[in-house]
Amino acid sequence: MSTTAEKPAAPDSEPGAAGRNTAGKGRSSAGRRPGKSGKVRRLTRRDKLVLAIMVGLPTLIQLLLVWLPTLFSIALSFTRWNGLDLTDIKPAGTDNYSFVFQDYPPFWPAVQHNILWLVFLAVIATPLGLLLAVLLDQKIRGSKIYQSIFFTPVMLSLALIGIIWQLFYNRDSGLLNYLLGTAGKSQAVDWFGDSNVNIWAAMVAATWRHAGYVMILYLAGLKGVDPSLREAAAIDGANAAQTFFRVVFPAMRPVNIVIVVITIIESLRAFDIVYVINRGTNGLELLSALVIQNLVGEGQVIGVGSSLAVILLVISLIPIVFYLIRTFGKEGKA
Amino acid sequence: MSTLANPIPNTAVTVVGQNARRRHYGTHIFLTVMAVMWLIPLAWALFTALRPKADTDKYGYFSLGGTFNFDNFITAWNQGGFSKYLMNSVIITVPAVLATLLFASMMAFAVSRVSWKFNITLLIMFTAGNLLPPQVLAAPLFEMFKHLTLPYSFSDSGNLLNTYISVIAVDTAFQIGFCTFVLSNYMKALSSDLTEAALVDGAGIWRQYWNIILPLCRPALAALGTLEVIFIYNDFFWPLLFIQSGDRLPITTAINNLQGEFLSNYNLLAAGATITVIPTLIIYLVLQRQFVAGLTLGSSKG
Repeated sequence: MSTTAEKPAAPDSEPGAAGRNTAGKGRSSAGRRPGKSGKVRRLTRRDKLVLAIMVGLPTLIQLLLVWLPTLFSIALSFTRWNGLDLTDIKPAGTDNYSFVFQDYPPFWPAVQHNILWLVFLAVIATPLGLLLAVLLDQKIRGSKIYQSIFFTPVMLSLALIGIIWQLFYNRDSGLLNYLLGTAGKSQAVDWFGDSNVNIWAAMVAATWRHAGYVMILYLAGLKGVDPSLREAAAIDGANAAQTFFRVVFPAMRPVNIVIVVITIIESLRAFDIVYVINRGTNGLELLSALVIQNLVGEGQVIGVGSSLAVILLVISLIPIVFYLIRTFGKEGKA
Repeated sequence: MSTLANPIPNTAVTVVGQNARRRHYGTHIFLTVMAVMWLIPLAWALFTALRPKADTDKYGYFSLGGTFNFDNFITAWNQGGFSKYLMNSVIITVPAVLATLLFASMMAFAVSRVSWKFNITLLIMFTAGNLLPPQVLAAPLFEMFKHLTLPYSFSDSGNLLNTYISVIAVDTAFQIGFCTFVLSNYMKALSSDLTEAALVDGAGIWRQYWNIILPLCRPALAALGTLEVIFIYNDFFWPLLFIQSGDRLPITTAINNLQGEFLSNYNLLAAGATITVIPTLIIYLVLQRQFVAGLTLGSSKG
């Protein structure tokens, strides 16, 4: 730890770090945590430089590869561009948006499918995961084996889940049609191919994974509930259902919030599985898949793709902001 | 952070259990039915993979006739290129996970152990970034990488497309947010006396981070590391976007191409799917506790 090595390396990052430190000191000396302000005061020049690098490098990566592209997406959504030469970018006002809303046939089906996906996860997959967690939280023999089985799909990518269920759903070789007794007959359903049923088939496959995820989070949540709460409820004469819905479930509020956010975000991020099945066409249109369809393939329409991306972004910001307020709002007050 | 220890409840059947067990018959029936349903898709894939195509053509897929062997696995591994794809997955996953943990732990240290003005702002930015749908950034990232000219000695495409680096960088950037969030919560819970004492001894920031805080974060790093290996191994989208030449794809993305290649040879496709499952299953069996701890770490704070 000699102090000579890196000093001249980044002269421009020094004032920033110093500025931030004095700001920090000002705030903490205003009566927050005296212990910490003491620490800040004792930072040497070298420490400040090290800190600047420790903060600067990840922040730079984050800005360059996440937030800058997000801003570019917004900017590109107001342009017309074929994606070839940068000088070809032409301003287009809100044309892309009016095209998407009025003249782009797959848009409204995609919105409907995204909503359906969310409702399905929220009404079927999430409660199923909660039910499994509650059942497995009891002192029940073989609980760990059950947990391992339900949890296995969580380890798999949604892309792979699409392939595995393709084998199961396939019209001629899939197990499902054999079990239904329709295999090889004319009424056999092509579960991923038929645009009337494929969204449901895909959502069942997604549930396979989501329920296990929810289960494991709730198992941890249930374990964190103070046992004396249940005892108190039992003494007051509450039955099992009352104890769960009035006492245990509300006590798991932090986990509930995380699960609400995960469920919404998973339904907006659903992409891999429909892309693997048929690239998100023919009954499987989702916003995320439409974004990609407009970016790759023939006649790249970056502007339209970007406006779809921005619509997806705006919708995603609702659960994200909700989560951030829940998580960091407390901290600001504390 | 108590969830780290053992998030899976102890299942020991106590003396009271005698009565309880009788009441649990209905539960067991339900759980067994569900468990069987849960295993069917995987079992079917394995069953199909173990049978030669000729036999399934002759006897039908829903039959027990014919032989069972590993020929499909061998074909997928050699001709299907799965050995190569698996290697590509390793080339992408290992550096991405290490970089993610390094950068996230540095950032988490700075925001949790040193107090300064933009702590919360930066933490919010990092957390939010991780929650965005990747498709939102797809077009600009693709174009940025395409227009970044590089010497051909570095990349045969002349830009960042079709390189492992592009996928590693974006995977890292995307995962830093989540890991920073989890690690900063973990570090906040460590007593400030630890670094205070080190300060008195004249230890600089780097030594506080590397020699004192990081070793204490080992459980969290192990849990996050396991989780991130799975996340990045399972990443389908970024390689799909950035990598054009098939022989550089990681296994999760490559298997999608095989759907077309192995057209109607479902036995071979099933073998490919099974091969893709195996690494995650091994990690699951060996590091299940770490993985579950990683998942619940993120939610335990809320």
